[in-house]
Formats: sequence, C-alpha cells, structure tokens
Amino acid sequence: MIKAWFKSGTPWVWLNAAAVSACLIMVVGVLGLILVRGAGHFWPSQIVQFSYQEPDGKIQTIIGEHVDTSITPAAMAKSTGYKMADDEDTLVQYLVKAGNRDITGTDFRWILERNVKQQQAPAELMVVERREWGNFYGRLVAVKESGKIIAEGDGAWPIIQTRIDQALAVFEEITYLEKKEIGAINYSLEKLRLEQKKLQLKNRWDAAAEQRLAAEKADLEIEYKKHQAQLSELYKKIRRDSLVAKTESGTEVEIPLNKVVRVFQPNTMSLFDKIGHYGVKVLEFLTDDPREANTEGGIFPAIFGTVMMVMMMSIIVTPFGVIAAVYLREYAKQGFITRLIRISVNNLAGVPSIVYGVFGLGFFVYILGGNIDQLFFPEAAPAPVYGTPGLLWASITLALLTLPVVIVSTEEGLARIPSSIREGSLALGATKLETLWLTVLPMASPAMMTGLILAVARAAGEVAPLMLVGVVKLAPTLPLDGNYPFLHLDRKFMHLGFHIYDVGFQSPNVEAARPLVYATALLLVLVIVGLNLAAIIIRNNLREKYRALEG
Amino acid sequence: MTAQQVRTHSIDMSSVLRDQKKTDEPNEACIKVENLNLFYGEKQALYNVNMEMFKKKVTAYIGPSGCGKSTLLRCINRMNDLVDSVTIEGKILLDNENIYDKTVNVAALRRRVGMVFQKPNPFPKSIFENVAYGLRIQGINDKRILEETVENSLRGAALWDEMKDRLNDNALGISGGQQQRLVIARAIAIEPEVLLLDEPASALDPISTLKIEELINELKEKYTIVIVTHNMQQAARVSDYTAFMFMGELIEMGTTSELFTNPQKKQTEDYITGRYG
Repeated sequence: MIKAWFKSGTPWVWLNAAAVSACLIMVVGVLGLILVRGAGHFWPSQIVQFSYQEPDGKIQTIIGEHVDTSITPAAMAKSTGYKMADDEDTLVQYLVKAGNRDITGTDFRWILERNVKQQQAPAELMVVERREWGNFYGRLVAVKESGKIIAEGDGAWPIIQTRIDQALAVFEEITYLEKKEIGAINYSLEKLRLEQKKLQLKNRWDAAAEQRLAAEKADLEIEYKKHQAQLSELYKKIRRDSLVAKTESGTEVEIPLNKVVRVFQPNTMSLFDKIGHYGVKVLEFLTDDPREANTEGGIFPAIFGTVMMVMMMSIIVTPFGVIAAVYLREYAKQGFITRLIRISVNNLAGVPSIVYGVFGLGFFVYILGGNIDQLFFPEAAPAPVYGTPGLLWASITLALLTLPVVIVSTEEGLARIPSSIREGSLALGATKLETLWLTVLPMASPAMMTGLILAVARAAGEVAPLMLVGVVKLAPTLPLDGNYPFLHLDRKFMHLGFHIYDVGFQSPNVEAARPLVYATALLLVLVIVGLNLAAIIIRNNLREKYRALEG
Repeated sequence: MTAQQVRTHSIDMSSVLRDQKKTDEPNEACIKVENLNLFYGEKQALYNVNMEMFKKKVTAYIGPSGCGKSTLLRCINRMNDLVDSVTIEGKILLDNENIYDKTVNVAALRRRVGMVFQKPNPFPKSIFENVAYGLRIQGINDKRILEETVENSLRGAALWDEMKDRLNDNALGISGGQQQRLVIARAIAIEPEVLLLDEPASALDPISTLKIEELINELKEKYTIVIVTHNMQQAARVSDYTAFMFMGELIEMGTTSELFTNPQKKQTEDYITGRYG
C-alpha cells in the first residue's frame, strides 16, 4: 500500500507543494509583520490615564499611549525578582509612552497591570508633537502672546490651532530662507574662497582679481545681511506665541510655538479625523527631513539618497557590463582564457559586499579621490572634495559589486540569439558591428534588463559597503539641489538601509525608534519593488518586441 | 500574379523535364569554382571541387546529407568565414574575380551574393523594416526610395498582395511560407547578382513549397541562382543545371535533363534512382 503510494509520485508532489507553501508563508509573514508594525505607527492612538499604585503604595496618575503589552510566565517573573501571588500564572506589564522627556527624563515606562487601579480616556488630554524632547502629553492651560495670556481654559483650544498654523507658516519661511537662500549664498561664498585660493596657488592673484572677488563677495554679503534681517524678523514672530500646559503631576510647562509641530487630542478624534491625521503623518514621513536624531519626522533624504544612488549605479553598471559581455561573447576567442575570465566574473558575485566596501574606500576614495583632489582641487586642501566617501564612490562601488550579474545575464542573452539571425544579417552585407547594433543587441536587451533588475535589487538593499564609501547618519544637504552644478557627486548621502540600522540600533531612544525601523523597512521594500517594477515593465515591453527566441 | 498565370505555371512545372533547347542557348559563366578544398580543422569537407555556374540560370546541388553541398554553397558568399576552424584552399571566381582574394571586402561581396537559409530567419522587426534592412545598412534612409524598394522587392517575391496592408506588423507574426518569401524579398531588395538558396523549402508545407518554386522560376530572369536541395523532384522541377555531390566531391554536373535521364556515373544513377541517399 505505502509502497504503491510512494511509487505513484504523490508524496513527491506533496513535498514540492509544501516547500512552495513554506516559502509563501515566510514571504507573506515578513511583509505582513513590517506592514502591520510599520504602517500602524502613524495611527493616532488613544491617550490613557492610568491610576497606578507605585511599589511603595502611593497612588499616582500616569498618562500616555499604551504601546505594548508583555506577558511573562510566573516562574520566569519570579526568577527576575517580581513578587508573585500563588494564584497568578502570568505577570502582565504595559509599556506606556508617557512622553515629557524634558521633565521626567524618560519617554517610556513599564507598569504592572495588577497595580493599575483605574483606566480612563479623558477627552481633554492632548499630545504636543515637539521639535525637541519628543512628545508632550498633558492638558492645555493657556495660550500666550508675547508673554501675556490671550486665552485660557476651554477657549484656548481653537486659538492654539490657528496660532500653530501661523507659526508653522513662519517656520516654513525660515527653513526656506536658511536652506535655500542662505544656503546658496554660503555655497557661493565658499566657491569664491576656493577661487581666491586657486588664483593664489597659481600665482595669478593680482589687484584685478582681488577687486573682482571682493566686489562679488560684497554683493553676496549685502544679500546675506538682507536675509539675516528677514530671518531675525521671522524669528521674533515665531517666538512670540507660546502655550502653557500642565502635566499629569501638575507641573506647568511653557512651550514656545516655534518648537511645536502639531497639537491634537486623540481621544476626541473621530475615525475620519484619525484617517486625516494618519495621512498627514505618512506624508510627513515621506517628504520631511528627520528630527531628533532621526527618531521623529520624515526620511525623505534617505529615500532620495537611495533612489539617486541606485540610479547612478545603474547608469554606470549597465554600459560597463554590456560592453564587457559583448566582448567576451562576440569578439574574444573562446578558449581557456575566456573560460577563466568567465569563472572569475561569476565568482566576483560571491565576494562579500563588505570587501567591496573596503576596496571602494581604499582604492576609489583614497587613491582615486585623493589624486583627483591633488590634481584638480588643490585649492580645497586640506579639506577633501573627492578624497572622502560620497555619492560617486558609493555608486561606483555598488556598480562594481553588481557588475557580474549584468555581465552574466547579458552573456546569456547574447548566447540565446539564434545564429540564423546573425547569418541573415551578415548575408545581407552587414558587417559584424552593424549586425551587433541593428539586430543582436536589441534582441538581447531584455536579458540586459534582467541583469539590471537583479543588480538594482541587490544594490538597493546593500548597506555594509555603503557605510564605508559614502552613507551618513544625517546629511545636511541633498546630492541634488539648485546650486550649480546641481548634481553634487562628492556629497555624502543618506540611505534607507543604513537608516534602519542607525535608527534601530544606534539611537539613544530605542523604544521611540522601533516603529520607525519597521516603517523604514516597509518603505525600503516598496522603493525596491518600485524600482524593480519599472525595470520589469520595460523588459516585458522589449520582450514583446523581440520575441523571436520562442520560434 | 493572377490566378490564370498561376495555373499556367503549375502546368509548366508538372512537365518534369524541360525543353532541351533552353539550355542550348550560349551560356556565360558567372561563378567559377577552381580546385576548392575546404577543411574543418583537420577534417576535409570538400575535395578539389571544380565547376561553373551560369548567368541567370538555376543550378541545383543534390546529394545525400553531409556530402558538402551546403558547405560549397556557403563558400560562394564566404559564410564559412564565420566558422573559426575553417581553412579554404583554391579559388572561387565571381565575374572573374577571386572572392577569396585578400583585398575583397566581405560585406560588399555578400551584397552581390544574397543568401536564403533553410529556416526562415526574419528579424524581429516590422515587415517593412525587414525588407529595408539591407538598404539601411548601406546608409539609404530616404523614405521614398525605401518604400519603392520594399514594394518592388515584395512584388518580386510574390508577397506584395498579401503584405501591402500589414507592412508595419511584426514579421514574426506571418506564416512560415510567407516568412521564407519575405526573406527572399529581403535578399533581392539589395539587388544582388547571385542568389544562394540553402534548402529554401525544406521547412515548408507543400503549397508554400510550390510557391517558392514558382518564385525561383521567375527570379532566374534577373538573378543567377544556386539552390541546395534534398528533394530530387524539386531539383528537376526548378533547375537548369544539376550538380551531384557525394562525400565532399563533385561527382557529376550537367544540364538537369541530362543528369536525370542519362547520368554518366554509377553513383549518380544509384542516387537518383533511390538506391541510397
């Protein structure tokens, strides 16, 4: 019976199906976990008011978000020092995000469920998202203008909203002025300084040059002064208003509105309000700069850096890989040496990525970059221009890392093109080059795209080598901006993969950062999926066009 | 081509042996093969072949598989150059010029000697672009000239009526027989002197085969044609001269009617009477 069953092949089919199911479950599990954890972070959760009996017996009020629950078996809890009653099987603890780091010193605390006497969700509890010190949880007392109270009690809530909107508008202006206008002036000033040094180095520093540069500098400084005046005006405006709030323990705090991002009362929000809030938060996450050591705000620079780096890498790796593959397959004499080269290329794909990072740092950054600096940017010394990790070196290092993939798949694509097509072209009087360009390469383009897809998938997720050749925790400027020459390949950049590592494991505030790890991971997956989808769509179009190979 | 014409042609075809007097006309040699030896590495594939092919005549190579007839055909437009290990000795004269001379431009030679392969091999491009390919690589991009040539070539390959409304369709979407005629149109678009056909109908159904044969009959008005075929009836139907090859040697060559009715060598007789092959 059993023997017949084995012979019928059924168990084999089951085994195959089981393997596929296991793979599917794992993939869905990974995506599901990061989706739930990551996407849930932006949902405004209720603020709960706990009446909590501290171990010394005093009853205390704690307000905050109930973030997590941990359940420990009694035996384990006992061994870690908790007193357990005989009838208790488990020790239940809540993780509460109580905020107010400036007052209490910590954002988060664990409380024991058995000591919670009462739980409430009073409507008037509010959350103040701040630019410093994390969230504030408490009750609004009053709104102040230039130190004078203008609204108090219930009347304060509508007023604070309009005041915050005003302050935010001013804040945006300030950011624009500081980053764009003054940033551009500083950039120009730095360029002038370098030009002066360059002229001095070349012994062409004369009165005319001095006069010209001084005039330009004076112009810039006049402009700078103008912006400075504007700025101080704006700062005065934004510092005028403040809000007064009370913590659960009764301490009154005054928070100037220039430090406030938003104020909301989650306990009174309807589902519709919450969806709106969620949308705003997600948008902020996608488009804003990070705040507070990357644990708050957005990750736009990291998204931008990742996409930018992948694109630069694609631009570098595709022509290189294709040209190398064409030579290996079409021109090189097939023999021992080509086989050796092919094996080496395949093995390059297996070299650990950190090794590429080390190579990139040692060769590209220090040797190449260092020499470029000596030759072309002597005026910048001792500050390096290209002799330091940056976008260019990161892209080239990753291009090197993904080169084998592109070479191998292009070669496979070239090998699959039937010789009858080549002969057909040659028989019409085309030279080998014309045959390559007009028929062979277009027909192999889907294979090149496959190589590129694999390369992008690998490069976008790579972190280790980037840490050596260009990624930083926080980049003050994007590699692409409005200052000539617009694309700054020498700049350092942020990267989603590194951001995950940095936020999750290098952050001073681990609890606050954890949901961001998931959210960033989700985004990284989405970015890679997006890049891949784009490439796959292009490839499928090409395949449709050149589907000769099926015949 | 009208239906009437098709019928007359097929009647013409059915008389297997054509009038002797056609081949009695004075012939001008177009291609001369002189003492040709060909080696694939150590292995010799052609042994001292000498033959002449005449202008605007159809010459057929017959012989069993592996006898070297395709190899010989591919020598005429130097397609064998693509094989790494090949060495060729001897001469092939095209209009009294040795095509194996060092100064010969191979691409230019192939423009004069077109070739159609066993399996239809259209490029994965539109029908129009397939026919225009040979012109484009010569740098002719004038739309008017291209259109004119494409039309004339398709007409020449008896394909215009079927294709004129779908010139922009992908060439891979048409039937095998149409593809083979498209490939012929592509070859004649660059107006070669010689057309080499390497078993052009072996991958086709009988009706497509018939169409190709009719086409060959028309094309010989303008081109010198050399055809390799497995099918002796086909050789008898389409060719003026037939060469019988065996084991890399040219055994016998003569007018088709003579070779089939009165072979001089025993091997030829054995082959055409079906005793081996």
